Amino acid sequence: MADQVIYAMYDDDDVLKDGAKKLVAKGVKVEEVFSPFPIHGIDPIIGVEQTRLGIFAFIYGLIGLTVATLGMRYFMVVDWPMNIGGKPNFTYLENILAFIPITFEFTVLCAAHGMAITYLLANRTIPGMKAQNPDPRTTDDRFVIELRTSQNTQFTADELESMVKGTGIVEFEQKTI
Amino acid sequence: MHKEAAIREPLILGHKTYHDVTEDVCKPIEDKAPRTWYILFGIALIIGLYGVGCILYLLGTGVGVWGLNKTIGWAWDITNFVWWVGIGHAGTLISAVLLLFRQKWRMAINRSAEAMTIFAVFMAGLFPLIHMGRLWLGYWVLPLPNQFGSLWVNFNSPLLWDVFAISTYLSVSLVFWYIGLIPDFATIRDRAKKPVSKKMYSILSFGWSGRAKHWNRFELVSLVLAGLATPLVFSVHSIVSFDFATSVIPGWHTTIFPPYFVAGAVFSGFAMVQTLMLVMRKAMKLEAYIHTKHVEYMNIVIMVTGSIVGTAYITELFISWYSGVEYEAYAFLNRATGPYWWAYAAMMTCNVVSPQLMWFRKLRRSLLFTFIISIVVNIGMWFERYVIIVTSIHRDYLPSSWSMHYPSHIDIGVYVGTIGLFFVFFLLFARYFPVLALNEVKSILKSSGESYKNAPDDHHPTPDPEPTPVAAAPVVEAPVEETKEDVSPAPEASTDNGDVNGSSALIDAIGASSAEHKSDLKKLSGVGPAFETALNNIGIWSFEQVSKMTKKEYDLMDEMTGKFPGKAEKEDWAAQAKELMNN
Repeated sequence: MADQVIYAMYDDDDVLKDGAKKLVAKGVKVEEVFSPFPIHGIDPIIGVEQTRLGIFAFIYGLIGLTVATLGMRYFMVVDWPMNIGGKPNFTYLENILAFIPITFEFTVLCAAHGMAITYLLANRTIPGMKAQNPDPRTTDDRFVIELRTSQNTQFTADELESMVKGTGIVEFEQKTI
Repeated sequence: MHKEAAIREPLILGHKTYHDVTEDVCKPIEDKAPRTWYILFGIALIIGLYGVGCILYLLGTGVGVWGLNKTIGWAWDITNFVWWVGIGHAGTLISAVLLLFRQKWRMAINRSAEAMTIFAVFMAGLFPLIHMGRLWLGYWVLPLPNQFGSLWVNFNSPLLWDVFAISTYLSVSLVFWYIGLIPDFATIRDRAKKPVSKKMYSILSFGWSGRAKHWNRFELVSLVLAGLATPLVFSVHSIVSFDFATSVIPGWHTTIFPPYFVAGAVFSGFAMVQTLMLVMRKAMKLEAYIHTKHVEYMNIVIMVTGSIVGTAYITELFISWYSGVEYEAYAFLNRATGPYWWAYAAMMTCNVVSPQLMWFRKLRRSLLFTFIISIVVNIGMWFERYVIIVTSIHRDYLPSSWSMHYPSHIDIGVYVGTIGLFFVFFLLFARYFPVLALNEVKSILKSSGESYKNAPDDHHPTPDPEPTPVAAAPVVEAPVEETKEDVSPAPEASTDNGDVNGSSALIDAIGASSAEHKSDLKKLSGVGPAFETALNNIGIWSFEQVSKMTKKEYDLMDEMTGKFPGKAEKEDWAAQAKELMNN
């Protein structure tokens, strides 16, 4: 059977949230929500899990910290112990104070950029990508719920349609993909 | 939904719907630029190019063209560097620190403040680069393997810390700013009609679609980047102050420098934000989003940081006497009473006295007064850096080396040139980028928007009086009449007038139509759902009708709808409608 995709459009984020709650309570699987701004509280309703990007940022930060520490130890202690006023850098630990600012900056640099790149890749938002929002108004003032018949096999398309229409939508669209 | 006390002043004035927010922010980008924009851009460009000319002359001739001498080896170059970095601090502070504190008023100003930060740090970065003299060897500041054997850069030096701090700060601010811009570029992309701008904005928006998962990541990324940027802001200016504080020059080697530089940076940065915002809100008609309350909040920040700076000045003076070090005491006495007393007096007046005036509610809510003070503060902060740098070194330990600093015309040209370049960048930003964080402003519309706040019922208050086309959402109408203060007239005027008087002349000219032949009038530029309803009310339903309109009909229509007079004519709806009919 051809997969049918249903787009239900709302003009208010709270109406959408209540609508999604009702649909999910009836056992409908909501595939996706498109909105012009983050709708707070929608994630647990439609089953979007909390992102793990924070953990990634922490790991990138640790990498930055390690690289900075090892790098400066090599440059300033191992390869060429710089002699300042007769006080050469013989151990990293004794001179660590001077290295803290750059260690900090480099940690932040790696964490921030690593996270940003991961974020863009995870979203697949890269220059040249095509937008996939179902209607151009979803970046303005419209909010869309996407349902698929293949994920809601316990309901017919008509049943889904009538359920969706009872949630205060403003526009309805059904497409075969 | 987050509720806010009704007693709090709303952050968004007037009866704005989500669509109005988009409209208000995107319109100035989509319309033709006003003549004043071209004039300002022209002036800024000429000044900027003059500055570039001075820099090229300097690079070709050598740093000797600056007014430096044997005693005063650092003057305007480093003064301007610190001044610009300081100005840059407000943007990150607004977007990062205020995000962590969940201050909603930041959302109206963060985008342009961050843009200001980035452009200011560009300008700051120029100075150390040209000050190297041989710009093409600038990469020597990086720890790269090189042909000189084990010759590494000196990681013990605050000047090198500066390299890392400034470049991290610049690149992280840029990323933070851009990640917030992506969804807003998507909004412009989806509205764009001209193929070139559509293409440009679709590249800039990276194919953003606004999926729930993406927003989930977006919010976390913003939060973590804010968490990273906050210590970064404080570290950057602390490190800038280390350039002086770790030296052995009386007047420089002061442990108070890091906190005092950071406070000074925030102080001057907010002043620059005020200068820019007060002009921008008027020029781009954003008075409903950036209004007296925002200005007042920023003035309070200016007052607090100004007081910290003032306390630091006085502490410095006291400690120089209390330390019992003669050199130290002399350095400060000389600042206040020596040949540079006027610079010291300017600094004290502008930075210590002027922010104290903000204790008066009337003054800190006065836009004109704020504008003047914001410029005064930045003049004062420039003098602060000049006083610290030049007066501390112009009296050497050897009286035979005592000297004065006179800037050469190249000094002045480079400095003024960076101001020109800064405005070139900022004007381009205001012309092509969304100056308000659309997605963030929309997310606070319900909790802090005027009409939602004053709505009688808090279930699904919507001020939008248009009838919902398909299934009626539980709509509770907000009271229509609200007292408006100094707000621009909200475009959402009454649409339910059903007024057909005089429409006969219009309909005669363009031909009658009805709901059956309804076209999607929203495709005409500047028409939203509410406007479409208004058009339908006066009998305009189809593109065919619109395509027959001329100046006379436009005027009749404007009179009847009472919305955006002159808009239809300027946008040439008739031509647009013809095109849409053929598609």
